[in-house]
Amino acid sequence: MKILVAVKRVVDYNVKVRPKSDGTDVDIANAKMSINPFCEIAVEEAVRLKEKGVATEIVAVSMGPKQCQEQIRTAMALGADRGILVETDTALEPLAVAKCLKAIVDKEAPDLIILGKQSIDGDNNQTGQMLAALAGLPQGTFASEVVVADGKAKVTREVDGGLQTVDLTLPAIVTTDLRLNEPRYASLPNIMKAKKKPLDITNPADLGVDAAPRVKTLKVEPPAERKAGIKVADIDALVDKLKNEAKVI
Amino acid sequence: MSILVIAEHDNASLKGATLNVVAAAKAIGGDITILVAGADCGGAAEAAAKVDGVSKVLVADNAAYGHQLAENVALLVAEIGKNYTHILAPSTSNGKNIAPRAAALLDSQAISDISSVESADTFKRPVYAGNVIATVQSSDAIKVLTVRGTAFDAVAAEGGSATIEPLGTATDAGVSTFVGEELAKSDRPELTAAKIVVSGGRGMQNGENFEMLYKVADKLGAAVGASRAAVDAGFVPNDMQVGQTGKIVAPDLYIAVGISGAIQHLAGMKDSKVIVAINKDEEAPIFQVADYGLVADLFSAVPELESKL
Ligand SMILES: Cc1cc2nc3c(=O)[nH]c(=O)nc-3n(C[C@H](O)[C@H](O)[C@H](O)COP(=O)(O)OP(=O)(O)OC[C@H]3O[C@@H](n4cnc5c(N)ncnc54)[C@H](O)[C@@H]3O)c2cc1C
Ligand SMILES: Nc1ncnc2c1ncn2[C@@H]1O[C@H](COP(=O)(O)O)[C@@H](O)[C@H]1O
Repeated sequence: MKILVAVKRVVDYNVKVRPKSDGTDVDIANAKMSINPFCEIAVEEAVRLKEKGVATEIVAVSMGPKQCQEQIRTAMALGADRGILVETDTALEPLAVAKCLKAIVDKEAPDLIILGKQSIDGDNNQTGQMLAALAGLPQGTFASEVVVADGKAKVTREVDGGLQTVDLTLPAIVTTDLRLNEPRYASLPNIMKAKKKPLDITNPADLGVDAAPRVKTLKVEPPAERKAGIKVADIDALVDKLKNEAKVI
Repeated sequence: MSILVIAEHDNASLKGATLNVVAAAKAIGGDITILVAGADCGGAAEAAAKVDGVSKVLVADNAAYGHQLAENVALLVAEIGKNYTHILAPSTSNGKNIAPRAAALLDSQAISDISSVESADTFKRPVYAGNVIATVQSSDAIKVLTVRGTAFDAVAAEGGSATIEPLGTATDAGVSTFVGEELAKSDRPELTAAKIVVSGGRGMQNGENFEMLYKVADKLGAAVGASRAAVDAGFVPNDMQVGQTGKIVAPDLYIAVGISGAIQHLAGMKDSKVIVAINKDEEAPIFQVADYGLVADLFSAVPELESKL
């Protein structure tokens, strides 16, 4: 069984991103970049399925500028067998990413495609669902457990009220939630080995995808700032403030 | 402008989130239709017909839609949605599951989690865990949007008198089946709708200690939430998580107990009207957003708070 994982290069989750003062874009020129945390979980899940003997090959795909190779190499150091970079300097929207992935799915014919549920820069939470629609495949989004057996994927999903379990025919799309697993750290030997694994480079046009953006960002701004509050001395003072000043209890 | 709102419901009744989405639809302006897709969903459809400002309710009552499987519902939404300029869903787990799938079928780049309507094609939305607010303009003929409930005041649940129109056929995509669900039961208000939320973090140390927060919550008529660390440590179930990847809340009062205030947690609660933080570390970042901060050990502070309410 072949697994495709999509890994996105994003600003590291520890960085507090701010808009540029002219409001045209975010200021991330020198920010630390990492693999999107949810994508790391996607890679880990694929590697565990391979360790269990369920999967035989893991292909990691990333889209964006050539530096995305770093995130593909990270995925390889964690256990992916080979990589595909869809290289472009256009900022890709989820629909364009999904279209490129669809073209790759057509070519690679994976049995399972694992994506993160959300990229922590755009906070879109769309790509997996869009790919599933374009490929006509079932989707197990926000997964906290995935069991592959008998030609099916049983996916436990984190929904607002609790958990939901669905059975999906294969091939299927899964998007990861935080509790699916805890990703391992790459060992030094594996980081070295990753450098020699095969990495193909293509681009949206070669995949037959028009990646032109549909949504234009007109402005970025900081959120409304909260005014600095006060420290209260004890519970009596707190209860008094809540009753008589804020009037919320 | 003609707007299709995808109802959030449990077949028997309409969920409050739908009322916030109708508010966003009103801000766009135009004729508003609610789609209720479910099984034995007459109750939800009737409730939808009473919602203020809605002119029509389309009801797809079929077993294929009973568990809101995205593979089936998205086909329906895309089919019906062709006749509308806007398709709106709540930013709930269900809305996020279905809307992008329907959008792709319509070749539309959906816009997630809008927090403001600037015009019929221009919206604001938070990105980077809420540290940046982007104003974005769509060039797609059909705009598919999910709506951040806390950013739009709910319209009245009563007062409307929309016509109810049943839809005939249904499609089962045949690729997914519902196996089961484990839904949390609670007598407390729903997290995203509560006026007061009391949340606990890693500082609570274990699940039993959350009992202290439940007692405070019950005196205040509050919901109880948690940080991811508390969920990860297994103190409480995942549906209590507040934050970038959990639920977004904006109550009148948010009380954070034993929570440090990571960016990802703040993303889910910093639009609350009044924030209280109880933390023993006076340097904890949560104090930077708290209106009232109490530097104290929660194990003495929380029982005292409960006794004084
Ligand atoms: C991709 C991604 C998404 C994430 N999404 C979310 C999300 O949606 N929601 C979320 O919450 N987090 C999220 N996180 C995790 C987030 O980064 C933090 O790790 C988490 O919020 C920390 O939880 P905490 O504040 O409970 O724990 P800690 O940071 O460990 O803080 C515990 C606090 O308790 C205090 N404390 C301890 N004992 C006591 C005591 N006896 N009395 C008083 N105070 C005490 C300590 O001083 C400390 O400030 C996400 C992380 C990633 C990478
Ligand atoms: N540029 C990209 N390259 C690779 N994968 C991506 C890219 N954009 C999105 N994805 C995948 O889609 C998931 C959800 O992203 P989003 O829909 O943007 O929130 C991510 O976690 C990735 O798995």
